[in-house]
Amino acid sequence: MYSTLTRLHPHHPGRLALKLVAALLCGLLFCVFSSEAMAANKPTLTLYSGQHQQTIRLLVDAFEKASGVSVKVRHGDGPELANTIIRENKATPADVFITENSPELQHLQERHLLASIDSSTLAQVPAQYSSGKGRWVGVVARENVLTYNPNMVAKSALPASVLDLAAPQWKGKIGIHLTSPDIMPLIRTVALKEGHDKALAWLKGIKRNAKLYQHSSGLVAAVNNGDVAIGISNSYYYYRLREQLGNNKIVSRVYHFANHDPGGLINISGAAVLKYAPHPKAAQQFVAFLVSHKAQQLLAASRIDFEYPLRHGMPANPQLKPLATLSPPKVTVTQLGDDSEALQLLQEAGLL
Amino acid sequence: MSSHYNLAPARRRAGGGFTLWAGLPKPVLLLAALVSLLILAPFIITLTDAFHGSLAHTMTLLWRPITAKLLLNTICLGAATTLICGLVGTAAAWLVERTDLPGRRLWAILAPLPLAIPAFIASYAWLSINNVFEGATGALLVVSASYYPLVYLPVAAALRNLDPSLEESARTMGATPWQCFYRVTLPQIRPALLGGMLLVVLHVLTEFGAFAMLRFRTFTTAIYAEYTAGFAADQGALLACVLLVLCLLCLVGESLLRGHHSYARVGQGAARAPLRYPLGRSRLPVLAGLVLLCIVTLGVPLGLIGFWLTRHDAAAIATSAMSLSLLWTATAHSLGYGLIAAIATTLIALPIAWLSVRYRHTLVVLMERISYLPRGMPGIVLALALVTLSLTIARPIYQSAALLIIAYAIIFIPLAVVSLHASLLQIQPRLEQSARALGLTPIKVMQRIVLPLAAPGIGAAMALVFLSVTTELTTTLLLIPTGAQTLATQVWASSSTFAFATAAPYAAVLVGISMLASWVLANRFGRSPIDAQ
Repeated sequence: MYSTLTRLHPHHPGRLALKLVAALLCGLLFCVFSSEAMAANKPTLTLYSGQHQQTIRLLVDAFEKASGVSVKVRHGDGPELANTIIRENKATPADVFITENSPELQHLQERHLLASIDSSTLAQVPAQYSSGKGRWVGVVARENVLTYNPNMVAKSALPASVLDLAAPQWKGKIGIHLTSPDIMPLIRTVALKEGHDKALAWLKGIKRNAKLYQHSSGLVAAVNNGDVAIGISNSYYYYRLREQLGNNKIVSRVYHFANHDPGGLINISGAAVLKYAPHPKAAQQFVAFLVSHKAQQLLAASRIDFEYPLRHGMPANPQLKPLATLSPPKVTVTQLGDDSEALQLLQEAGLL
Repeated sequence: MSSHYNLAPARRRAGGGFTLWAGLPKPVLLLAALVSLLILAPFIITLTDAFHGSLAHTMTLLWRPITAKLLLNTICLGAATTLICGLVGTAAAWLVERTDLPGRRLWAILAPLPLAIPAFIASYAWLSINNVFEGATGALLVVSASYYPLVYLPVAAALRNLDPSLEESARTMGATPWQCFYRVTLPQIRPALLGGMLLVVLHVLTEFGAFAMLRFRTFTTAIYAEYTAGFAADQGALLACVLLVLCLLCLVGESLLRGHHSYARVGQGAARAPLRYPLGRSRLPVLAGLVLLCIVTLGVPLGLIGFWLTRHDAAAIATSAMSLSLLWTATAHSLGYGLIAAIATTLIALPIAWLSVRYRHTLVVLMERISYLPRGMPGIVLALALVTLSLTIARPIYQSAALLIIAYAIIFIPLAVVSLHASLLQIQPRLEQSARALGLTPIKVMQRIVLPLAAPGIGAAMALVFLSVTTELTTTLLLIPTGAQTLATQVWASSSTFAFATAAPYAAVLVGISMLASWVLANRFGRSPIDAQ
């Protein structure tokens, strides 16, 4: 009994610890949440982004400086955020949605969750890179390529078509992040050109042949290190690796598909204003900024983004093969549609 | 209210009255029931998400090839990790506790220390050396290195408390040291060993961050992949159900084990300290082995964080430019969430813990069991369920810090209940009765008698929850308010694009906080970091 009663003593160290914790807590809470409360007083735009964090940071910083509107960003994969927007429906806190690929935007457009983009904004970009219904605008684009390690495979041995990579001779030689939202448009393109059944057979062949990676950054690094001979990915990741390692140290090379092969598909990264956006006006302003000369120039001149700016007449980063010289498959963003067929194929092939 | 402290027999028999809750203090019961409902909510949501379609649709989704593949992956890795952790943990514990190993006190400190390094931080470190550590082998290495203390700690405790006379008798009767270990020591430490191994299994099942970074596909990473690929909720929820069944099996196994450790001494008096075997010529190889173990479990993670602290990433790779203000904001968020969650979790655990100490009523036993369930709830499943919950019936807290705190409170309530239970047990009911008899209201009794006396347990509960929250990744990743970042989410964001140098300062601060909190826990509250696991 005595031992328990002594715990009530006012000078017990437990009390001191409690006081310390309480003081620390108050201080911290004040610091963290006062800054957030201050931010809440200004008009704050909420951006859902499936794009790379460094690219978005570059754009958001420039926009905040130019407009005085602050922007909060929620990062995630495009399809994940699209799904979130569908579930949020009218209660969405998001104003603007920017993706790396068009299918997520098409999906939201079909669900009537996107507002019309100002026509002056749409006019900045060639029509084929934006929604046919004017509900989202193309901002930048990426090319699908092969990266290969010349010590493991000669350029002349590389196939003319991405469809050939399902053949048995490529077993163990290719790598891909098959469930990536970047690859889904490619799967859908194969299905459009070849039909569902042939696409499934192709996908199963790729699955059999490929080392499956969970991230394209890891994949291009693996090709460069010689862990796998060929990688199927967007060229973005290759140029980023080259930027990181330097021209002298990079071993791997990039291979462009020709003759409108599905493998050379161009993925469109677009932006949309949500129909139920809490701040529609600022949202339109932000999207207009994304395709403005200033923002597109910033991207093209940066050493952090390796995508084609889509604004009329805007030259790309000189490291990239010029957009006009590429030979992508003839598929419109409307034909490409959403990711549902790609997802179904991935599931049928046992990948999801 | 007056029946509240009428505690003549401190523990009541179940089912005495004609209502289910007869004899229980209603306000406390109501609070405890609400908390139990909150805990059950994510389980119910996951089940309804999974089985809302037709049975045929559900079955085709459930029997798709990936379920079998994930089961195989998860079971193989779980079995291999458990075996390695069992062997390494037991060997290390035996060497430290039962041999004349040089520097035993140092090894006794180092051996459990990997628990203070979250598995996803260890993965970050290994991955930053080379991507050969991706895949099954890397996953096995990293999680075994992170989890072996889960076996080491209970086995070391069991070895410390062994009665030496049994072994001495065995040796006198001619058993070799190996026979002696196998036939006398091992049966005595078996409950501790099996308990530790089950904990390892449970951790492998619920781990997300490490497997996601090391690109190893298990249920948790597949559920996340379904979610990020944009599938409707039912596809991930079905996988989640399979995972939940596996986790709950582990919990059942554990509670069965807890009932069966009956190797107590029957003799009188205190046991002597157990005998220590001389290592003799094997001293050097044994020392080399332990050094290697420490390099793998501690040296590599800490060393690589240190290495990357001195480097810079190319701007193209770095997710954010390194700045002290970003580091401070992330640290403040981690600490802030940790402290608020520690208080909230302890508060909501109190009614259940108090009832379970004072009443052995069926209803109370049920609620106590419910409070242990979240140990079998992977963070990813909980987070997805809470997104659904807040979108359907609690819109105002959607994407708010409040929802994140609720998530933490649900996941970590088992830790708080165990700590509180232990210290409340030590309070004599007579003290509460006397205070009531002298005219204090029930609330005053709580304030002036129960809470001060339970202070050590409350402190331990808060420290445990704080430690767990600051190192939590999965739930935080999905539920964090837009624009906010914690140390864990910063490490995650940067290392998923291979920006190892950018991640390093966040990882360093995170491990620093975690080690400090573990140290406070061990020294101030006498709890080992295993309680936080």
